[in-house]
Amino acid sequence: MNIAAIFKMVPDLVEELEISSSGKALDMTWIRLIINELDDHALEQAILLKERSGAQVTIIAPDADGTDDVLYTAAAKGADRLVKLTGDFEEGVNNHALSRALAPVLEELHPHLVLTGVQAHNDLDGSVGPLLAEYLGMPYVGYVSGVEIDNDNCIVRKEYPGGLIAEMEVNLPAVLGIQSAEEPPRYVAVSKVRQAMKTASIEERDATELDPSGGLDVNRMFQPEVGERATMIDGDEDEIATRLLEIFREIGVL
Amino acid sequence: MNQDIYAVVESLQGQVADISYIMLAAARSLAHSSGGDVVAVLLGNGSQGLANTLAADRVIYYDNPALAYFNSDAYLKVLASLIRQNEPRAVLFGNTSIGADLASCLSARLDFPLANSCHHISAEGMLISQVCGGKIMTESVLSDKTTLITIIPGGYKPELGRSDAAPNVTQVDAPALEDLRIKLKQYIEPEAGDVDISKESILISVGRGISNQDNVEIAEELAEAFGGVVCASRPVVDQGWLPTSRMVGKSGQKVKPKLYLALGISGAPEHVEGMADSETIIAINSDPTAPIFDIAQYGVEIDLFDLIDTLIEKVAEAKGG
Ligand SMILES: Cc1cc2nc3c(=O)[nH]c(=O)nc-3n(C[C@H](O)[C@H](O)[C@H](O)COP(=O)(O)OP(=O)(O)OC[C@H]3O[C@@H](n4cnc5c(N)ncnc54)[C@H](O)[C@@H]3O)c2cc1C
Ligand SMILES: Nc1ncnc2c1ncn2[C@@H]1O[C@H](COP(=O)(O)O)[C@@H](O)[C@H]1O
Repeated sequence: MNIAAIFKMVPDLVEELEISSSGKALDMTWIRLIINELDDHALEQAILLKERSGAQVTIIAPDADGTDDVLYTAAAKGADRLVKLTGDFEEGVNNHALSRALAPVLEELHPHLVLTGVQAHNDLDGSVGPLLAEYLGMPYVGYVSGVEIDNDNCIVRKEYPGGLIAEMEVNLPAVLGIQSAEEPPRYVAVSKVRQAMKTASIEERDATELDPSGGLDVNRMFQPEVGERATMIDGDEDEIATRLLEIFREIGVL
Repeated sequence: MNQDIYAVVESLQGQVADISYIMLAAARSLAHSSGGDVVAVLLGNGSQGLANTLAADRVIYYDNPALAYFNSDAYLKVLASLIRQNEPRAVLFGNTSIGADLASCLSARLDFPLANSCHHISAEGMLISQVCGGKIMTESVLSDKTTLITIIPGGYKPELGRSDAAPNVTQVDAPALEDLRIKLKQYIEPEAGDVDISKESILISVGRGISNQDNVEIAEELAEAFGGVVCASRPVVDQGWLPTSRMVGKSGQKVKPKLYLALGISGAPEHVEGMADSETIIAINSDPTAPIFDIAQYGVEIDLFDLIDTLIEKVAEAKGG
């Protein structure tokens, strides 16, 4: 069983986001990148499947600030192979271009199962999972929060609103968009990651041509124009709590 | 290409999902600029009755046993042939467990461009999308090819896409739906929780800012002092700190309490979707740029742990006295 898990690095939303002078993209100069949270769940699900039923797990990601660290961390968690897609990713590429570039790398790996996060917060032109599934000619199921391998199929739990689950049988090979792994992504000790840096190696594949067709041009990027922002309550803890109690009384919950 | 705007209707267990009405409202806005019709596309099996409430100029209905429940493999075959043949001006999907599985696949399969997470159509007919957890908006123009669009809630009231006048329905034969690679085995209903948060009037909601399971107990204390209950954002539930029945948002419950007190919640669109209708929202967050402050009536920019003990004390005092 070959399982491939794909991740990409995205801006950390905890940091302040600024718009570049073009007015059409984020200013990437000071942005801190972190792994797309749902991709981290996809990596975890791949490792869980390996632990449960045995598999060779390959982690693949486009080159960005911090990609190597995440790859080595995945190795420390149990991934077998690390592949970095190199190319002109500096300015960011859309998911159509990324998926087209990932497709030949995956074809070479012959995975039975490809896992990736169901979406990322900057997916303006669609998500990597379903785009890639089409370029590979594989079926796709997204919003998945549980996977079981069953010979030539996998049984997945697909989430609908309100907690409803559809249990679906999907023929392999397939691509799944992971919403959450069956267990929260594990932590590994820094010492283990350091160890992985010495023993694991990152293979590189060059993405020769990045074709972004399939996305729309952005005319303008801006921060939301807010109608009415919250009335902010200032003061020390005691003053704030006192004011909050007044509000609780006004709205009739106290 | 024709100038019609298609909306792919979503239904689940025999009910039209609200996002479908929101899509129809957005489609109406696009149709004003294009001059075409709003066309609802409905897939199902014996589901024709679902068309009755749709505010569309007409409905294209595909009936087939393989379309009885959502199955991306079957739905894609039908939609790919329809869109390829008719080339409407735009096709709208929900950015949901159904629409998001379809839109990207169709973009790749048909080589039509996709605009994701569209919140509304501007007065100038531009697509306004919301990205980066609600912190950034983008503006794009329709492509000169058929443009695929996924719609997020928030931009239109569902009532705008609902109508009492049953639209004209054309039933069309589905293409062959054999050798499907995906099959529904069963639906698993959610486990009922000890409380139904959608019916509670005081909700103390915790987000990732609560940091760990032990701290959830502090929030429980506050809820107890109030006579309310604790609920949470998705990451808190994914960590296993609270059961799924307490989750608020897109994949959880829709709530509308008298008080929604958000502790350490950023206000991502998927969360806001579940709590925006609360009567009063008060947000406590250490990040002044957190989008939660855009929808809350009152906000406090503070480390929640600096405030919560005082707050518990005062609420308990007020209740006791
Ligand atoms: C398909 C899909 C469905 C989803 N469905 C849901 C859903 O149903 N419900 C849901 O909630 N999410 C859902 N999400 C996830 C959603 O996108 C967000 O990731 C999530 O809502 C973020 O939760 P949060 O606000 O608790 O965490 P974060 O976004 O990490 O925010 C934590 C906040 O806490 C603040 N904070 C940190 N420490 C402190 C402190 N000491 N004092 C005060 N403030 C502090 C930070 O400033 C930050 O604003 C879904 C996502 C996807 C892709
Ligand atoms: N569905 C598949 N698609 C692509 N390659 C496959 C598939 N199944 C098996 N392989 C490849 O065939 C070889 C034997 O696979 P297996 O016997 O399933 O472990 C391995 O190199 C696999 O990568």
